[in-house]
Amino acid sequence: MITHGHSDHARPGHGAVLATQETLDMMRLRYGDNFAGSTQAIAYGEELRLGDVKIKFHPAGHVLGSAQIAVTCKDTCIVASGDYKDASDPTCTPFEVVPCDVFITEATFGLPVFRHGNAADEVKKLLASVTLFPERAHLVGAYSLGKAQRVIALLREAGYDAPIYLHGAMEAITHYYQSRGVALGELRPAKGVKKADLAGTITLAPPSATSDIWTRRFPDPVTAFASGWMRVRARARQRGIELPLVISDHADWDGLTATIEATGAGEIWVTHGQEDALVHWCKTKGLAARPLDLVGYGDEDEHEPPPANEAEA
Amino acid sequence: MNRFAELLDRLAYEPGRNNKLRLLTAYFRETDDPDRGYALAALTGALSFKHAKPGLIRDLITDRADPVLFGLSYDYVGDLSETVALMWPKVSASHDRSSPLPPRSGGEGSGVGGVSARTAASAIAAPPPTPDPSPPRALRVEGGEKTIGHNNPPPPTLSEVVTTLRTLGKTELPRQLARWLDELDETGRWALLKLVTGAMRIGISARLAKTAAANLGDKDAHDVELMWPGLSPPYLDLFAWLEGRSEKPVNRDPTPFRPVMLAHAIEDADFANLDPADFIAEWKWDGIRVQAVSGRDERGHIQARLYSRTGEDITGSFPDLVPSLHLQGSSSFAIDGELLVLREGRVQTFNVLQQRLNRKVVSPKLIKEYPIHLRAYDLLGDDENDLRELPFIERRARLEAFIKKLDDARIDLSPTVAFDSWDQLTAARADPAQAGAGEDADAVEGVMLKRRDAAYLPGRPKGQWWKWKRDPHLIDAVLMYAQRGHGKRSSYYSDYTFGVWTSGEDGEQLVPVGKAYFGFTDEELLQIDRFVRRNTTEKFGPVRHVVHEPDQGLVLEVAFEGLARSPRHKSGVAMRFPRISRLRWDKPPREADRLETLERMLKSETGITAP
Ligand SMILES: [Zn+2]
Ligand SMILES: [Zn+2]
Repeated sequence: MITHGHSDHARPGHGAVLATQETLDMMRLRYGDNFAGSTQAIAYGEELRLGDVKIKFHPAGHVLGSAQIAVTCKDTCIVASGDYKDASDPTCTPFEVVPCDVFITEATFGLPVFRHGNAADEVKKLLASVTLFPERAHLVGAYSLGKAQRVIALLREAGYDAPIYLHGAMEAITHYYQSRGVALGELRPAKGVKKADLAGTITLAPPSATSDIWTRRFPDPVTAFASGWMRVRARARQRGIELPLVISDHADWDGLTATIEATGAGEIWVTHGQEDALVHWCKTKGLAARPLDLVGYGDEDEHEPPPANEAEA
Repeated sequence: MNRFAELLDRLAYEPGRNNKLRLLTAYFRETDDPDRGYALAALTGALSFKHAKPGLIRDLITDRADPVLFGLSYDYVGDLSETVALMWPKVSASHDRSSPLPPRSGGEGSGVGGVSARTAASAIAAPPPTPDPSPPRALRVEGGEKTIGHNNPPPPTLSEVVTTLRTLGKTELPRQLARWLDELDETGRWALLKLVTGAMRIGISARLAKTAAANLGDKDAHDVELMWPGLSPPYLDLFAWLEGRSEKPVNRDPTPFRPVMLAHAIEDADFANLDPADFIAEWKWDGIRVQAVSGRDERGHIQARLYSRTGEDITGSFPDLVPSLHLQGSSSFAIDGELLVLREGRVQTFNVLQQRLNRKVVSPKLIKEYPIHLRAYDLLGDDENDLRELPFIERRARLEAFIKKLDDARIDLSPTVAFDSWDQLTAARADPAQAGAGEDADAVEGVMLKRRDAAYLPGRPKGQWWKWKRDPHLIDAVLMYAQRGHGKRSSYYSDYTFGVWTSGEDGEQLVPVGKAYFGFTDEELLQIDRFVRRNTTEKFGPVRHVVHEPDQGLVLEVAFEGLARSPRHKSGVAMRFPRISRLRWDKPPREADRLETLERMLKSETGITAP
């Protein structure tokens, strides 16, 4: 059972995979047709039975097709959240609270310093910069699956209707989003466009590309990065970002704690990020909590493979 | 305040000078009076109020947050103000946000293996097969923060913050700060905390901020610089003039400071392009550069002031000089000169003068033992006339007449050094005693060359004034790091790494050029040690990072025997036998030497390279 298409959650080579149609499509896009022995699609809310065990997928609000997985046996229900966020996102189905006994939560932004404000305000910041520097290109680093499409959709919601340019590595996945009915307006490849013509434009690129020689094709680029990590100045400075945009596809601290309370779960397993603080918080609320020290889950913003690898997808 | 915070935030990330200017000018254009004026004051260091101690900020957060969570957060973020700004609890927001959630149904159940009070299956029974995307099911609606805030008071304006801080009593500060922190957003809180703790370092100079203001009205930054001393926050008259709504502001301060003119260090190669006939030479005195200003206030009373080279009012430290500045029959004047200690007509060395510096209390004994003296070398204003546009030769003639008329033993004229050729001047510089300096020769640290036709321009204009120091192996460097010494010095920070300026990717930056651990007196060691402890920005094991910003930090005059190329050093040069020759408390770090100066020394004087 796979929660969503990010590479730290969806790996090739399994015997049988149960996931939403979108997640299966994304895995196919990334790993090719033979990414698993067999596959089965499941819709949000649909219930499967395996002996005594019932399985149900619920929207996680993280990226297109992302799901929380509820597994119920007798009187006990365990929900694995995968990655999730409670903030609204025009590119995917909104997060749903699933009451349960054990909640396995992510903790990417599991520190109280992480509070992501209104993403629309961050996009306004980007547009104000484009207005102030019309002779410069704006490069927005964003994770190729999910974040990039959300930023584009937010730009469209803000009334920006000029063509938006794409790094080659995000074309396939972005077109997939469009094929699933996500309206993103006119998109163009950045490749082959004359340098001067990129003045005043916005280009989306994988985070790793915004600091490589690929950027030389842009006139005096302003380097932006859309990520929850941009909340902390040292992180933005470390990457040489000029315009940090705090836009996250993970729940922030308030989102994590509100969700944990809302599930009604008495026991919380914390994984995928800053476990310590969240485990501590749970205990102060009288909840049984422990870190699940799983290896291999990380933040996709930080560990994105170089664009070349992704271009194969 | 939020808009100003946004500007600071953006400036902190923007490396390009021109882009910084654009951001600043856009801010001045979009922001109303008096907020933009207070912003200009904040950016130029013209605001003054008592700073809050970090301990107070820490107390504020520990009253409101779980100490474990604060500790983990502080460890992660690494900066107190930023941590507090980010985790400051939003009282109303968290209350509102939890309401749309289903109530907690359990909590008593222990989950796996335990018996739940309710059956999970019924709790999650029969949701719609496909979720309805239209009514947001999310716990939080984007923009929610804004609407949640509608019952709250509006966030404070920058003007409100600045004017309140000026008058606020110490005991009221914590409560007022907490109130503002409740009202501001993350960036606003960060900027507020940086402002009140006096730690607002955003990598722009006062000059850049003034230039940005000047750009608002397509005016010359030089004009703003000239009128600046007469202006005060929130600069309503300045902005009115810049926007073409009123006349140029007139300087009403009877004793304004005039921005000083500075000299370039001359290199051997420069002489080939210079004609001796174009220049006047003077001794370069080893004292303190000052500006002595006298004028009459609105009621006609004479006022006198003494300024340091950076415009700091140091009148209070030299009450013995003030009567000499009360010239009857003159409405005003401004002298540029050197502050020296004279005993029986002889100029004393800098070490002697140093006893008079940085004194809070000036005792009669001190005044008697260290009689202060002003040696004048320029006249910037005289009876309402601004002389700065005149050529130096004319100002010099007026200065000579003025000093004669003044006829005061405490103020004399800095003599010129006669020369017809560079060879002659070289000889004079090598032996000032024989070339007219006589018994004062010990206090001569070189010669100054001033173009006869040079107007008095603020800053360091090219080719107008040159300084030619007697000892070629002296540079002014900025203290960057300090480390504890060994043996009986182990309780002192006595090993210093110092650097000079260079242009890097992030604009002007300091690059370390050497280390020194002697050359200073015991008293100076105490002073540096105190400075290090009070101005540490970071600690790495035994090493302390000491503040080294253009406007904050300690300038060390470093003497050394030679220079060699060194690929091992980041700067590319290595010094032989470097030592601290004196502390330049009077000099702002931005005026320290540049790496290019060392590189030129290396190139032109292979003779000074160590064997
Ligand atoms: Zn993910
Ligand atoms: Zn993940």
